[in-house]
Amino acid sequence: MQVLFFYLVALVTVISGVIVVAAKSPVNSALALVNTFFCLAVFYVMLSAPFMAAIQIMVYAGAIMVLILFVIMLLNMGVEPFKKFTHVTWGVVAGSLVLMLTLFFISRGQPTKVVGAITRDVILKEGHTELIGKSLFVNFLLPFEITSILLLVAIIGAVILAKKEV
Amino acid sequence: MENLVQLAMQNVNFAAIMPSLVLCCFGMAILLINVFMPRGKTTSASLISIIALLVTAVVSLQGWNNPQFGFAGHVALDNFATFFNMTFLLAAGLTILMSDDYLRREGYPIGEYYPLILFSTAGAMWMASGTDLMTIFLGLEVLSISLYILAGMFRHQLQSNEAGLKYFLLGAFSTGFLLYGIALLYGVAGTTNVADIGLYLSAHPAMIGNPMTVAGMLLMSIGFLFKIAAAPFHMWTPDVYQGAPTPVTAFMSAGPKAAAFAALMRIFILGLAGLQSEWTSLLWGLAILTMIIGNVTAIYQTNLKRMLAYSSIAHAGYALVGLVAANAVGVSGILFYMLAYTFMNLGAFAVLVLAGKKGEENLTLEGFSGFGFKRPFLGVAMTIFLLSLMGIPPTAGFAGKFYIFAGAIKSGYIWLAIIGVLNSAVSLYYYLRVIVYMYFKDPQEDYSWVSMHTGAVVSIVIAIVGVLYLGIIPGKIMEMAKLAIF
Repeated sequence: MQVLFFYLVALVTVISGVIVVAAKSPVNSALALVNTFFCLAVFYVMLSAPFMAAIQIMVYAGAIMVLILFVIMLLNMGVEPFKKFTHVTWGVVAGSLVLMLTLFFISRGQPTKVVGAITRDVILKEGHTELIGKSLFVNFLLPFEITSILLLVAIIGAVILAKKEV
Repeated sequence: MENLVQLAMQNVNFAAIMPSLVLCCFGMAILLINVFMPRGKTTSASLISIIALLVTAVVSLQGWNNPQFGFAGHVALDNFATFFNMTFLLAAGLTILMSDDYLRREGYPIGEYYPLILFSTAGAMWMASGTDLMTIFLGLEVLSISLYILAGMFRHQLQSNEAGLKYFLLGAFSTGFLLYGIALLYGVAGTTNVADIGLYLSAHPAMIGNPMTVAGMLLMSIGFLFKIAAAPFHMWTPDVYQGAPTPVTAFMSAGPKAAAFAALMRIFILGLAGLQSEWTSLLWGLAILTMIIGNVTAIYQTNLKRMLAYSSIAHAGYALVGLVAANAVGVSGILFYMLAYTFMNLGAFAVLVLAGKKGEENLTLEGFSGFGFKRPFLGVAMTIFLLSLMGIPPTAGFAGKFYIFAGAIKSGYIWLAIIGVLNSAVSLYYYLRVIVYMYFKDPQEDYSWVSMHTGAVVSIVIAIVGVLYLGIIPGKIMEMAKLAIF
């Protein structure tokens, strides 16, 4: 049952992924991207990571999609992107190479083996959200703080590069 | 709740991040000060930045022979990090010294320029002192994003726009590779801590040959080799170096390169020591490719900034030789080489800053005809820096190349060393050509626009002293570099 459900969601993910690339209108692309994000959230739920699923929907399907749609609206893009896109062959070649490599690594590596401190038992015992919060504020405190500097730099950049008159 | 705060605080060791902390505080303070400054007055910001760098240097030196660890194995302020921190601070300092007048001349006196340099220096420090892949990655991002902004800062110049956008798009792409590699290594070892990855791999030798480990190593190298500007990931370098404001190019050629080398060395030597035969053979080929592409293409350049961009690719190749050797001489040679390269390259760019007209003109070879006689000080300075870039004794460049190639020979890579020396011989052509133009061509102009601004002159003098000191008495710094490696 679970496997069947997985393949169903995977199929929808792949189809909407193809639509993202192939759709003529940018808005259709963006909406297909939302669909992809939702399917990824379903995968997180199936991996018993409900918090990640919620964040995936809130941040990606919510905030980032709104930004993408805003940009599309502001740029006022029409329905014409395909004409100028002449690298389809190379895209297909590169894409299939990446696919083959990924399949190679998945089949030859041992991705099913669980390594590291965070195992299924630990997640069930401590709770998924608690575990993320704890590692964010205890083990990964420094990266978490560095991120704030990163965002500050990005804000400065947006102001310098985009403000009317500096 | 109380428990969690205690838990969080027990890992905190401010001494381990003090240098970057000081830099960030100063950076934010300058941002605030800028608000109260009249438009276009940036001299005070640059002075405060210099003070910030000096304070940070003093704080940084506390870490020498006094290693500090903290934040649950995320950061180590050891001798290695301290040595690199001093290199970054030097690069940032020379850059800021040559920036103030230049920015005003070009009509972009933007106060935010200085905090961005400070933040990117802090990012470089996190890369050098980070002992966890996440910290290293975020340091890289802070460094890169500041540089994307700085490269594209001249908003009304098409070349600068191109530089910023190109660097941003390709940089983001290479970051994707880096993250993919980190994810695969996390999948293999179940941790992002560099030392723990090393422990896991030595405890599970079967995983060393596993495709996932090798793929993680390869993808991660792409991310760093892009920042180093090693071939075949060098395509962005000439355009970005040419289009970015000259002081930013100067910083870009020294800071990020040293930082990426620092991260690469820590990860490869501490974390992926088990894969040494794999990464040596990879870097062996790339080092040769990088040296040849950099040197041969530089011959065809007539724009000096572009020529220095290709020369910077070639120098990345020389430094990679030291990593291939992977012995004490070669690796400490890289530390020495990065310091020497910072002196000579930033010095050369400082001369370009003074010699250029408004709008980045006069950076062609013809523009330097007779420059040496009309402007004796700058001519002599440029000659010293170019001789050092060639690797002629008694300059820093010679000592650096000597240590690196000696390391390669010691590890048995005699052919690699021979190819490196041959490449240095090729590089003589395009460096000497600049000197020929400066001294043996009739001047077409009187170079009256060249005014000797204090900041840039100070940075040139510091660079000359550094190049000659490292060239004549390299022993002391080399001893320190030997103490700094793992």
